[in-house]
Amino acid sequence: MREAMDPWTFVVASYAIGVGATAAMIAWSLLSMKRAEKRRDEARKR
Amino acid sequence: MHGFANPARFLRIARWLMPLCMVAGVALAMGALGWGLFEAPAERLQGETVRIVYLHVPSAWLGMAGWMGIAAASFSELVWRHPLAGIAARACAVPGALFTAVCLVTGSLWGRPAWGTWWVWDGRLTSMLVLLFLYFGWMALSQASEASDGGHNKTPAIFGLVGAVNIPIIHYSVTWWNSLHQPPSITMGKSAMSADFLVPLLLAMLGFTLIFAGVVLARMRAILADQQAEARLRRKALSEAEF
Repeated sequence: MREAMDPWTFVVASYAIGVGATAAMIAWSLLSMKRAEKRRDEARKR
Repeated sequence: MHGFANPARFLRIARWLMPLCMVAGVALAMGALGWGLFEAPAERLQGETVRIVYLHVPSAWLGMAGWMGIAAASFSELVWRHPLAGIAARACAVPGALFTAVCLVTGSLWGRPAWGTWWVWDGRLTSMLVLLFLYFGWMALSQASEASDGGHNKTPAIFGLVGAVNIPIIHYSVTWWNSLHQPPSITMGKSAMSADFLVPLLLAMLGFTLIFAGVVLARMRAILADQQAEARLRRKALSEAEF
């Protein structure tokens, strides 16, 4: 006998993981870019 | 194409193209996901769980596209020695691996209510898992090459080209072997899906592709800036040592 499953649990979990991972990747790529470009500009000024 | 291999020209283009891709991509992807979650209908057999398709298919496409990007950049690096090719390959690795992981996790979350199991060792799922391991291997190899000889080692490029063999295996796995996974619903020029599902799905694919492009451009800018800073500091240290 198959247990009854709420499909929304799986849908919401998928969206939370997918959107969360994408948002984290965007934030990480932008922050690391800003940090690297700041470091390059400081190296140029020295 | 060869014109864009100039780092200064690339930076001029990337400065306006990267934020454009990011903003358009986030707006499109969020709109498509909202449409898929609240407006698109439930499917006759799969019910509400079909809404996972709006995340699962774009992430599968980008997992494979990321490796195709690595393979194309590797080819360019080996044949034409483009100065930006190795940087482009490195920039594709993390977003490609992340979307492959998202594809595997959302597929598993879809498989449990649809198939009654989280995982099966069939051709499609296994070849996608192999792709994730290929990304991990490529990233480790690329870091080791960077640390040992400043990225002049060609091994990651050769690995990137050889690993591309897995892409047609992923694509045709559902045709070649028996699988719980459904055959492709969208092929070149035709679709087995109704417009109710297809339109938000295509919008989501376009949105996530733009996000991917924006992240790759941001990563390329970061890697290039790191290399320029390193080169300048090394030159400065050398000139100080001479005096």
